Amino acid sequence: MSAAVIELTGLTKTYNIGTPVETEVLHGLDLSLMEGEFAALIGPSGSGKSTLLNIIGLLERPTGGQLSFAGRNTATLPEAEITQLRGRSIGFVFQFHHLLPAFSALENVMMPAIIANGAPSDALEATALQLLDAVGLKAHAHKKPGELSGGQQQRVAIARALALRPRLILADEPTGNLDTRTADDIFALLREFNRDSHCACLIVTHDPRLAARCDRVIRLVDGNIADDLPTA
Amino acid sequence: MKLRLPFAPLVALRFLREGRMQTLLILAGTAGGVAVIVFLTQLITQLQAQIVDRVLGSQAHVVIRPLEETNLRAIDDAAFATLIEPRAQRLRSIDQWENVARLAADMPGITAVSPMATGPAFALRGQASKSVALMGVDTTLYRRIVRMDEYMLAGRFAVEGPRAVIGTELAKDLGIGLEDKLRVMLPNGRDELLQVGGIFDIGNKDLNRRWVFVTLPLAQSLLDLPGGVSSLDLTVADIFEAQAIADRLKGATGLTVDSWMQTNAQLLAALRNQTVSNNLIRSFVVIIVALGIASVLVVSVVQKQKEIGILRAMGASRAMILQVFLIQGSLVGAVGSVIGSLLAFGLLQTFSAIYRNADGTPLFSAQLEPRFIVMAALVATSVGLASALIPARRAARMDPVQAIRS
Repeated sequence: MSAAVIELTGLTKTYNIGTPVETEVLHGLDLSLMEGEFAALIGPSGSGKSTLLNIIGLLERPTGGQLSFAGRNTATLPEAEITQLRGRSIGFVFQFHHLLPAFSALENVMMPAIIANGAPSDALEATALQLLDAVGLKAHAHKKPGELSGGQQQRVAIARALALRPRLILADEPTGNLDTRTADDIFALLREFNRDSHCACLIVTHDPRLAARCDRVIRLVDGNIADDLPTA
Repeated sequence: MKLRLPFAPLVALRFLREGRMQTLLILAGTAGGVAVIVFLTQLITQLQAQIVDRVLGSQAHVVIRPLEETNLRAIDDAAFATLIEPRAQRLRSIDQWENVARLAADMPGITAVSPMATGPAFALRGQASKSVALMGVDTTLYRRIVRMDEYMLAGRFAVEGPRAVIGTELAKDLGIGLEDKLRVMLPNGRDELLQVGGIFDIGNKDLNRRWVFVTLPLAQSLLDLPGGVSSLDLTVADIFEAQAIADRLKGATGLTVDSWMQTNAQLLAALRNQTVSNNLIRSFVVIIVALGIASVLVVSVVQKQKEIGILRAMGASRAMILQVFLIQGSLVGAVGSVIGSLLAFGLLQTFSAIYRNADGTPLFSAQLEPRFIVMAALVATSVGLASALIPARRAARMDPVQAIRS
């Protein structure tokens, strides 16, 4: 039996508390994600997917309920530790890749490690190069994001998300603005790393075709989990 | 081996490089401000030093004189209506001047003491008679009060027996030159035949016409001051300490003690006003530069919102983001001060070539003192740091989710 990377119990999130426009976006979710699991999070827009992803990614704090990351209750952790935990244990892949335009592909991949270690080093550069090699972009290591195609940028973003060998990868529509073939490639990459490093993956997607290729599909409707089923 | 910068300076430099136009503008502003400050400071310091130097070139820093004589009344003032005539001040010697001179010489901050016996006289030759000031000095001591050797046109600044040193205007008025003779006559009827041993030009026509240097014993006997001196001239190490030293001497001796700062109060007030206006200009420039740096960085923080959010999502702490922007501010200040100092140097070169004294020598030298560059660098860097504070805090407080989404 593998351990839970994240565990949500009765998780709620309310925006604009105390104002006339107070809205509860998530209504008491119970969810856990195991090591090595590869899950899709689907649902119509406005269902709270992004909010849930941000909370799981420790970018936002829940209003109520509990969020445990690798067995630790995050509610009691101070801001600095949350930031550190996020940097070292969670890898993000955003829809619009969100690479740093001022840095080369290689530096972008190194950045999480630079932040964690305080400064770059030859060892970090070697690791980053290996990762770029693994996503097939070794030749483009010194190009700036602006000089890369959309698919290449997303590969760099994936390599960056994997830089510190995180326990959890969160991807927000990683293939959202890519053509089908490139999308398949990117998806395959994520799948491959999931298998190799045994990290948990949670992927927000609108594409039912991709969702069907995950181990598990969680469907969110109006801030509630409508169903949570393993794929056949 | 590649240079590996730590996170904060690495990102700060990259952000500055990325916003090329902004960085250039902000650097130009800072450099301009620094140039103005350094140039003005150097210029005014030099000109002020020159003015003070010129003024002090012909006078002692501190002069000790006997107390003025006053009428002392034995009867109670309140009881009688009285008319008191002020006493006429006759020429007197400083009481026990050797002791006073020794006391002054031992006082810290005083570098030279020179006794002088001085009084009015007439210089005569043929039909011409000119009123002069007879100055009995020990030339080796007096040299340390006024740098007479630098002013000599002919002969040497040395007196012995009947030999005297006179100014160039007096020489012209009497039509005499080196080794010629002139007669001095005193109000008390004494007279003496002097021989010109040197002619000086001190840069002040009035003094060139009036000063006649003779030996101390000769002046003493002519002025009826046997063994006495009418004043003690002093120089001090720090000229702006002169007043404090004069006050101390006055307390110690009870004599009349005047510093150059009192006798030239107007000049000093003018210098002070100049310093105040210079400080005002500098403060305004500093404020403008600070506002410039701050406003450019505020814009930069807004532009870099997304990047800040990404960095935060990747585990960068608030403190790290704060550092990134503080470093940007201080870098701009530091680099700006280097460019500004170079600019100031160029300005000094140009202006010293353009503005010249009547005699063709430059009004001021093109030198730039290193201490002003260091001062400018320190001020500019701290101003940069301080003006980055508000933008940096704003960046650090940014919510990563909002930042990424925008």
